[in-house]
Amino acid sequence: MGLEQKLGNMGVVTTRLEDLVNWSRTNAMWPMLFGLACCAIEMMSAQAANYDMSRFGMELMRASPRQSDLMIVAGRVSRKMAPVLRRLYDQMPDPKWVISMGDCASCGGVFNNYAVVQGVDEVVPVDVYVAGCPPRPEALIHGVITLHEKVRRERMKDWA
Amino acid sequence: MSQIEEVTLDGMSHLVSDRALKGETMLLNMGPQHPSTHGVLRLLLELDGETVVNAIPDIGFLHTGIEKNMEAKTYQKAEVMTDRMDYLNTTGNNLAYCLAIEKLVGLDVPERAQTLRVLLAELQRLASHLVWLGTSALDLAAMSDFMYCFREREMIMDIYELISGQRMMTTYIRPGGVWRDVPVEFETAVRELLKIMPRRIDEYESLLTKNPLFIDRTAGIGKISAEDAVNWGLTGACLRGSGVYYDIRKFAPYSGYEQYDFEVPLRTEGDVRARYLVRVAEMRQSVRIIQQALDKLPMGPVRSSNYKFVPPPRSEIGTSMEALIHHFKLWTEGFNAPAGSVYVAVESPKGEQGVFLEGNGGPKPWRIHFRNPSFDNLQALPVLAKGFLVADLVAIIGSIDIVLGDVDR
Ligand code: SF4
Repeated sequence: MGLEQKLGNMGVVTTRLEDLVNWSRTNAMWPMLFGLACCAIEMMSAQAANYDMSRFGMELMRASPRQSDLMIVAGRVSRKMAPVLRRLYDQMPDPKWVISMGDCASCGGVFNNYAVVQGVDEVVPVDVYVAGCPPRPEALIHGVITLHEKVRRERMKDWA
Repeated sequence: MSQIEEVTLDGMSHLVSDRALKGETMLLNMGPQHPSTHGVLRLLLELDGETVVNAIPDIGFLHTGIEKNMEAKTYQKAEVMTDRMDYLNTTGNNLAYCLAIEKLVGLDVPERAQTLRVLLAELQRLASHLVWLGTSALDLAAMSDFMYCFREREMIMDIYELISGQRMMTTYIRPGGVWRDVPVEFETAVRELLKIMPRRIDEYESLLTKNPLFIDRTAGIGKISAEDAVNWGLTGACLRGSGVYYDIRKFAPYSGYEQYDFEVPLRTEGDVRARYLVRVAEMRQSVRIIQQALDKLPMGPVRSSNYKFVPPPRSEIGTSMEALIHHFKLWTEGFNAPAGSVYVAVESPKGEQGVFLEGNGGPKPWRIHFRNPSFDNLQALPVLAKGFLVADLVAIIGSIDIVLGDVDR
């Protein structure tokens, strides 16, 4: 079934502005090209041929925070990196989302010590946590889809 | 939370040249979030126009405190930390760590486990080189190689998942052997990989080796002479690309590497292209070693039967009181290793991976230190980059194959 049937013979689709905006946001969500540690390798696998995140409109990883909507914190965040991470987050234009990928980014993982920030939510607000050390690419994709669902439920009156 | 410190130019006067202080050259930050620094490396570049006058690496953005953390865990439980150091070479790190423990306590490893270790270490070398090839080609804007390399890497990851249930952080090699025997499907999976791999390596090469654009970007770039390479402590393909014949698998064989027939690829140019050619040739040699190991894989136990150090098999625990006690003791308080210190080195995909382990008679390492090849290779970057263009710097960083987890630990 293509779009034609849905359009009817008037060629008009009616929808709510909210839904349209949310739909376009989810289908062209550009992640920032930003890897920290081991999880970044799995993030790269998710981009590569076998898992192919571009199926979800996310093939374009932007190296500049100013061009991206989504920050995937892939790996452990050290105390030295945390201020940098925050600055990158601040540089991203609104609306922006954060996925915390892996145990280290979510809660410190196996590294309960002086060097690692115990959860990146101490530094930036996180929308979706993905568990695993490292999470499989499928798990990351599941996290991304969960985020998409969350974005689709956003309401206009909540937009700041 | 640490604060970002403002650094004035005077505060950096010991790092940069006088010309930078006078404003004749430009200081430019590259990283820590930069697509081609392969992680969180920050470089302070001093540029004269587009020419690199100096490149000062600033590391530590991924410092994880692994060495210190390992001191707080028993010997067995500390092993999971080693996976997360050089995360492209997880089995290789496990191997180095286990060899150190085995040397310290005097454990022997059954033949089947030795062969499996070699097989897995070489599979990992292949996987690591695939990631290197894909990403460093991507830095030079060759996108298709990245896709092809990750396609084959997935096959290797599937093999790892088959034997251990995890794709990357396997901790499959354990002190005294390996975790458990491989499943029956293992052999078919590896044979399948071996069948296609030589053709696939040809395929990667057909895209790059004779590509004039690739040659222009790599030949003569980032040169280092054999003498300098030795003096800077380079190891691995960076050293062999400069024509120095040094490979720990040949010079101090471990895990029975002396029984395998393989060559150590050498080039004499010492530039980015030489390092590329060495690594690609190494991939072919790895395929050879895997083939030999698989053909000779002997039957037998995969773990030492010294239950003072190695947990007894699950099946014995239900029937034997003694096995139950051993198991309980090992997993609660660990084993006591004798006091003393050992150094063990293995050839990781990046160079010499060394482990210095000191025990004090207790169940935890007193001090453990890693000689990580990426760290030592990275310190030669200023020498390699001097006088080349900023665009070449990207190729040079790719060619020394650093993993920041390995540099910072
Ligand atoms: S969660 Fe595991 S794989 Fe991910 S960065 Fe932490 S240690 Fe590495």
